[in-house]
Amino acid sequence: MKKVKLKINEKVIEAVEGKLLLEVAKENGVRIPHLCYEPRLKPYGSCRLCLVEIKGERKLQPACATPVKNGMEVITDSITLYEIRRTIIDLLLSTHPEDCLTCEACGRCTLQDLAYEYGLRKTSYQGEKPHTPLEDHNPLIFREREKCVLCGRCVRICSEVQGVDAYTFAGRGFQTIIATAFDEPLSLKNCEFCGQCVSTCPTGALVSRLEMGKARSWESKGVMTTCPYCGCGCQIVLKVKDNQVVGVESDYETHNRGNLCAKGRFGWEFVNHPDRLKTPLIKKKGKFVKASWDEALALVAEKLKFTKEKFGSESIAFIASAKCTNEENYLLQKLARVVFGTNNIDHCARL
Amino acid sequence: MAGTKLKIKKVKVGLGTCGIAAGASQVYQELESLGKKEGFEVGKVGCLGLCYREPLINIEGSFGRVVLGDISPSELKGAWEDIKNGYFPEEKIIFDGQNYRDNFITRQKRIVLRNVGLIDPEDIEEYLACNGYKGLERVLTWEPEKVLTEVEKSGLRGRGGAGFPTGLKWKLTRAAPGDTKYIICNADEGDPGAFMDRSILEGDPHSVVEGMIIAGYAVGASEGYIYVRAEYPLAVKRIEKALKQAEKKGFLGENILGSKFSFKIKIKEGAGAFVCGEETALIASIEGKRGMPRLRPPFPANRGLWGKPTSINNVETFANIPWIILHGAEEFASIGTEDSKGTKVFALAGRVKKTGLVEVPMGTSLKEIIFDIGGGIKEDKKFKAVQIGGPSGGCLPDKLLETPVEYRALTETGAIMGSGGMIVLDETSCMVDLARYFLTFIQSESCGKCVPCRVGTKRMLEMLNRLTEGELSSEEIPKLEALAHVVRTASLCGLGQTAPNPVLTTLKYFFSEYDMHAKEKRCPAGVCTGLTTFVINEKVCTGCGICVKHCVVKAISGEKKKPHRIDVEKCVKCGLCLINCPFDAIYKV
Repeated sequence: MKKVKLKINEKVIEAVEGKLLLEVAKENGVRIPHLCYEPRLKPYGSCRLCLVEIKGERKLQPACATPVKNGMEVITDSITLYEIRRTIIDLLLSTHPEDCLTCEACGRCTLQDLAYEYGLRKTSYQGEKPHTPLEDHNPLIFREREKCVLCGRCVRICSEVQGVDAYTFAGRGFQTIIATAFDEPLSLKNCEFCGQCVSTCPTGALVSRLEMGKARSWESKGVMTTCPYCGCGCQIVLKVKDNQVVGVESDYETHNRGNLCAKGRFGWEFVNHPDRLKTPLIKKKGKFVKASWDEALALVAEKLKFTKEKFGSESIAFIASAKCTNEENYLLQKLARVVFGTNNIDHCARL
Repeated sequence: MAGTKLKIKKVKVGLGTCGIAAGASQVYQELESLGKKEGFEVGKVGCLGLCYREPLINIEGSFGRVVLGDISPSELKGAWEDIKNGYFPEEKIIFDGQNYRDNFITRQKRIVLRNVGLIDPEDIEEYLACNGYKGLERVLTWEPEKVLTEVEKSGLRGRGGAGFPTGLKWKLTRAAPGDTKYIICNADEGDPGAFMDRSILEGDPHSVVEGMIIAGYAVGASEGYIYVRAEYPLAVKRIEKALKQAEKKGFLGENILGSKFSFKIKIKEGAGAFVCGEETALIASIEGKRGMPRLRPPFPANRGLWGKPTSINNVETFANIPWIILHGAEEFASIGTEDSKGTKVFALAGRVKKTGLVEVPMGTSLKEIIFDIGGGIKEDKKFKAVQIGGPSGGCLPDKLLETPVEYRALTETGAIMGSGGMIVLDETSCMVDLARYFLTFIQSESCGKCVPCRVGTKRMLEMLNRLTEGELSSEEIPKLEALAHVVRTASLCGLGQTAPNPVLTTLKYFFSEYDMHAKEKRCPAGVCTGLTTFVINEKVCTGCGICVKHCVVKAISGEKKKPHRIDVEKCVKCGLCLINCPFDAIYKV
């Protein structure tokens, strides 16, 4: 990888050629505000918050879409840029409901953070606010278009990462909204309910219904774990409050790049469910009785051994699971073939 | 000619959309029945550009050609006897066989409009008779590089508004890596009051087609698209015809004129979005996506339609190309100024005596266009401003009337060349209201992608609305100006970056009007209804009661034959009383 030298705010920085200026700046501790930039998505440049001055360029350039070049001289903070950023945030606030107090995204909302940073307690503009009523009673994704900043991250992640294209922009000018085809509920569309849109939304416009009202963002702590649903082993962060799981998210800095499927993102309610099995059960006199793992495994081993001796190896079959890792599945077939001497081994994914 | 019986061969009627609107279709029908009787052919031509004299007819025969204007279908039959005998009605003659009688035309220099209004746009033979496709023939004997050099030498700059050098654009497209390349003709003319491109496409479609084929040869493209707005059905029809005829003659298709060069052209009709005139949004629209601009770079010359190198030029730019090839780059470059070569077509409209299409050498002053060619202001009122460059342009006051029309000089004033809309305003126009009008247009046409344009123009518009209703304080005007500057510097595409121009230029040149609206709550031109009051002059009012009948809100009262009064509280300022008062007793304050 070719390295280039550039100057950001008079400081000489070395970076990989072609990397986006916003990312290079971030790695070097220079914060450039942004809303529509997302590392999982292609450069878009619509929020205009990350505009910077580049020597020799006639116009201001969005750092999120500008690859670094050798000899580049960049200014990321100036009076002009400050004025532009403050105005843009002010304009966005002027379209936004002022209900941070009870908003689900409070404390993790980029717009809220930016307004705080730029000292905008409320908008200085008066005027119409978008009124975009919506009927979408699906059980997983809560959509509130009044809070939308139209960064297009949901539209793009649905298209670029998921290849689903359930969302689109509709309307023009101030009337522009994020819609599905014919503005019908997500459940009537091709939506897979992966919730990737929820994961990328910078405000409270898209929220997981399962998490609503369970915890303020600062109340829960994150517990990193591995998603139990399949062998991909996506890294998830359980949001835990008072020892109860109240939600799931995932970091960009994981092998799954923060991407999750419907099960990983929304399928966590079983964790605290009263019906959940927590120990093995052994049926004694027609009733299931709690047992220890040692007890259960010993019983299974004993029964398998008995079956093999009495009816022969071919009387036993093993079915492996997609929930297990490759290594675990390998070991299971090894157990079948070497220990029990049978080739009767199959996998649920093949059924 | 007078007194001798004329041998009339063909009569052509100006059947552009404008002519049709003025009643040219009836003239055409009338002539058809006359032609059958008298034995002459009847044909069509596009718009000659003299909107104020429509409908127009061209009479051709052994005597040459005569153009008459202001033809009414009812008068035609009676006048024909005289015409046949060589007596042309003096006041209707525009071209007498030797000279144009109207300095609206004589003061122009017609390169782009060389054939418009003279030839039948639906007949390729007429175009061929005017050296049509000769440029293409010549080019095919050249190396493509020579074409690029020639166009570059001519100094031609993009006529769509931004003025990017055409030769350089083609060179960059040719140099871009890739085998598949495209040519796009941007015919999505959407500026209110602009109709240059429509008239060219309706009047001389082959000149554009020929220009595109030459461009295809020069940059190494084998396919072209004409992106034309669906609101121009006649233009679409005429391009379709032109393409078919050109293909039949071997100017389009495989192995053009026996060479190894193949080129085809498709038409894509726009669905009515102003922003699709922006090149990246236009490309997205052809690709079947929502018409939204994207970031540049990469520029279309490198990554355009379907991700391939694409040269996208305006209608007028293409129409210049065959002329440049035939007459040489030097001759083209000798016209105009150091900064801008050649001519520019303007759509002259508004409060000017003669409205229509005007093609003048670059460098001609605004004053010459408005007063010498356009004949000055209607009803000899006072000139106030000229709005140039459409909704992205600016309003210039009388002290800037000497400004030459060229890219640099116009940009320096805060306006832009734009595509060529030129709207003249007189003392009865309110500049705040005008800025508000253009912003309303821009706001509803913004694609909604970037924040400054989507929300910024909306808040600007709301401030202007409040200003015209007397609800904006003068302290808020600097805020409007500051917001306009942010929208200009921070917007993503050309639409947003130029959207504040009408506001910024009116603030710069007509600040006193803003001030009066804000401080005195008064609209000096009496346009902003929120700030005007309708009053009856008691000395003039006869108490006839006509105004009472017209008032929809029953705001006028008074005894019969005695002066009436308007109840300001009830009045909705519709103006019906003022229009209908036979004694001019009602006026606005």
